[in-house]
Amino acid sequence: MERREKAVMRKRTRYESTASVPQFTNSPTMIVMIGLPARGKTYISKKLTRYLNWIGVPTRVFNVGQYRRDAVRTYKSFEFFRPDNEEAMKIRKACALAALKDVFCYFTQDHGQVAVFDATNTTRERREVILTFAKENGYKVFFVESLCDDPEIIAENIKQVKLSSPDYVNCDKEEAVTDFLKRIDCYKLTYVPLDDDKDRSLSYIKIFNVGSRYLVNQVQDHIQSRIVYYLMNIHVTPRTIYLCRHGESELNLLGRIGGDSGLSPRGTKFAAALGTYIRGQCIPDLKIWTSHMRRTIQTAEAIGVPYEQWKALNEIDAGVCEEMTYEEIQNHFTEEFALRDQDKYRYRYPKGESYEDLVQRLEPVIMELERQENVLVICHQAVMRCLLAYFLDKTSDELPYLKCPLHTVMKLTPVAYGCEVESIFLNIEAVNTHRDRPVNVDVDRDPEDALLTVPEHN
Amino acid sequence: MSSTEDVIMAIPRELTQNPLRKIWMPCKNGLPEKHISQKRVCMTNCPTLIVTVGLPARGKTYISKKLTRYLNWIGVPTKEFNVGQYRRECVKIYKSFEFFRPDNEEGLKIRKQCALAALNDVRQYLSVEGGQVAVFDATNTTRERRATIVRFAEQNGYKVFFVESVCEDPNVIAENIVQVKLGSPDYTDCNTEEAIQDFMKRIKCYENSYQPLDENLDRELSYIKIMNVGQRYLVNRVLDHIQSRIVYYLMNIHITPRSIYLCRHGESDFNVRGCIGGDTGLSPRGKEFAQCLGRFIQDQNIKDLKVWTSQMKRTIQTAEALGVPYEQWKALNEIDAGVCEEMMYEEIQEHYPLEFALRDQDKYRYRYPKGESYEDLVQRLEPVIMELERQENVLVICHQAVMRCLLAYFLDKSAEELPYLKCPLHTVLKLTPVAYGCKVESIYLNVEAVNTHRDKPENVDISRLPEEALLTVPAHY
Repeated sequence: MERREKAVMRKRTRYESTASVPQFTNSPTMIVMIGLPARGKTYISKKLTRYLNWIGVPTRVFNVGQYRRDAVRTYKSFEFFRPDNEEAMKIRKACALAALKDVFCYFTQDHGQVAVFDATNTTRERREVILTFAKENGYKVFFVESLCDDPEIIAENIKQVKLSSPDYVNCDKEEAVTDFLKRIDCYKLTYVPLDDDKDRSLSYIKIFNVGSRYLVNQVQDHIQSRIVYYLMNIHVTPRTIYLCRHGESELNLLGRIGGDSGLSPRGTKFAAALGTYIRGQCIPDLKIWTSHMRRTIQTAEAIGVPYEQWKALNEIDAGVCEEMTYEEIQNHFTEEFALRDQDKYRYRYPKGESYEDLVQRLEPVIMELERQENVLVICHQAVMRCLLAYFLDKTSDELPYLKCPLHTVMKLTPVAYGCEVESIFLNIEAVNTHRDRPVNVDVDRDPEDALLTVPEHN
Repeated sequence: MSSTEDVIMAIPRELTQNPLRKIWMPCKNGLPEKHISQKRVCMTNCPTLIVTVGLPARGKTYISKKLTRYLNWIGVPTKEFNVGQYRRECVKIYKSFEFFRPDNEEGLKIRKQCALAALNDVRQYLSVEGGQVAVFDATNTTRERRATIVRFAEQNGYKVFFVESVCEDPNVIAENIVQVKLGSPDYTDCNTEEAIQDFMKRIKCYENSYQPLDENLDRELSYIKIMNVGQRYLVNRVLDHIQSRIVYYLMNIHITPRSIYLCRHGESDFNVRGCIGGDTGLSPRGKEFAQCLGRFIQDQNIKDLKVWTSQMKRTIQTAEALGVPYEQWKALNEIDAGVCEEMMYEEIQEHYPLEFALRDQDKYRYRYPKGESYEDLVQRLEPVIMELERQENVLVICHQAVMRCLLAYFLDKSAEELPYLKCPLHTVLKLTPVAYGCKVESIYLNVEAVNTHRDKPENVDISRLPEEALLTVPAHY
């Protein structure tokens, strides 16, 4: 066996799995959305999928509308959705079945754990089809129904995500809105919501009016409990999240990782600039969060408003490599350095942490960020990469290499189904702390190959 | 942000690190300074009044006590106020259900007084004593009574969250009565039959005037309605973080009978040498213990037992000997002793005498340099506790500090007691929920091991002599 493989194998056989929490999922789970159009089903589907993938549960969305668009190349009008349109009904059913088939493939071939079946699923008959399919294959089913009769919310929905849909690419706004409202009416005629009595043996959550009320029935297991908790914490109130790192630190200047040093002179300048920037943004009720490490707190102090310290926001623990330069790590822990380059996400520093551990540690922070409105999080490089990956739906392969330079604020604004990100460099020079993955990750590589991508330092 | 903030903000304040907790705080002249935020009233720190609602024998007191225990454990000062207790103190002897008849004017007067007395104590606890959450445990079955409470809360600036328990399953109600009512002070002189009959009539007294929380009439209130012991929940208007955590907790607990087994790994090589932390393997005696544990578990014949370990070698080695699948949690790893990792107490006293003393001064909040505190551990362990609540029969093989934290949760021990709970090696603690608490059985598996428990010494001054510091260090090789 190649030396590198042996090295990787050796590390792997130390534990049964590299994850820091047991994977409490046995049967695959289907999350099935229910609701009239413009009730936020796709918004919930995408957000939930993003969250589950981030915490390490392989999840994928199956949007039946997408299958329909692939089948019926051009969308003409709402008439397609009339309940008496037999030809269309046939196509729509075929699309649903095609999506279910892909769910099956996802679970059996692609090692998926959760599939989110995003469609209206407004009739009892359609839900029966799904339940039968799930039962035949041993999948658990959890329904998420979104009910809303607030015309303002629905109008806002239509504006945010329907007008720009491929279905309405050649329509003017007025036409699109009129057509879409008629489309909703088509579904209303046959809509049978989940019934408290008839459906009492099903597992589901009913969300009323974007979260003012929830009905939760028969939660079966850990993952469903987590899903319910997540859904009950998210909201759609417009707000902005600001992410940045502490100002440049003394150890940053020396090219050393970790530790608990204070700000360098330029770092202190950044802190003042950050204060000016934040005040200039005139953000109502801004919450500021820092870690327990001196450099983030020093940075927050310069803003002059109350801040909250979270130990969970502390930088990744580099264990035996704390306060070393990359050159020193290469010297003293050659094999470890290579293993890290081979799988930076799962690699755990001896007596330290991995990015995978960091994500687990940060989950309560994400949950509280979802609950909050305007927040500025002053944290660290690895931590910021994890948080950014959550908001921008980055994979675990991309996550450890996301660019989070010093003295740069990332402004995240939820929009439509995702997040708009604006990067603001506050014009105070700082060292670069980003080390790209080198080409050669072999355990027996030359030191120069290992250190090729180390950024400059004093 | 107002311009006055600009004026206050001139030069960033210096930071000082609290030597015990290792927390950085702003300071002036070397002394910690009060934070600006202390001048403003922060909405999220409003005390919360949790109000139970429901007929007798619906689990209100069970929920109140469990919730209080959980909130205190995670660091939210919480206290429960059981109005029935006030009634028992007022009306020394309980005669019969007649006291609760809705046409018993004298009874109604007393009961109302008791409720008001309890609310008064709530006010004392939340506004004077610094409590964060008060649980008002009573039937609160009429809209009128609840309106009184809401008014009281508004006057005092408390948020209100209702927890209603609705249950029509006669089996559940009967089991409730057997578990907690028969043993109640109200029924000390009755035989079982009489007690049950009287209690059923008592429930009837409430039924006619019971007005459950209504989806429409009460849509402005914040509440959770628990139906049939958790089959279904209705959650309305969760206002903040603490209410969200309470809802999550209530949705994860259950009352299915089960047992939780807690034990440490078998004796490790470091244990034998008196070294803390590290990641060593089992000593020969530790291996023997693992075998005994395997036999013990088999003999217990536990249905669907889940086995959890940390990610440290010594717990995994212990689990391996059981021959059953187990799950690893990094969260169950032993407390990180930072710079003191792998040291003996004698070495800590030699190299870090100040730290050693600070730890003895406040063992719960003390954080090792570059390490953790018990307080940090509790936060780390919260997801483990949440999952333990969801599960049924579980064996947790962990470490001394970790086991102390878990035990403190189940046995409702304070932050002061927690770090000194006795969790000796080679001893399994079997916890079985019963009535309002937990029965604990301690089973020593008869394999010798070193003692790793260090009591709080008398002298905790930083100026103490080394001998005084090391007085309580357990013997080792």
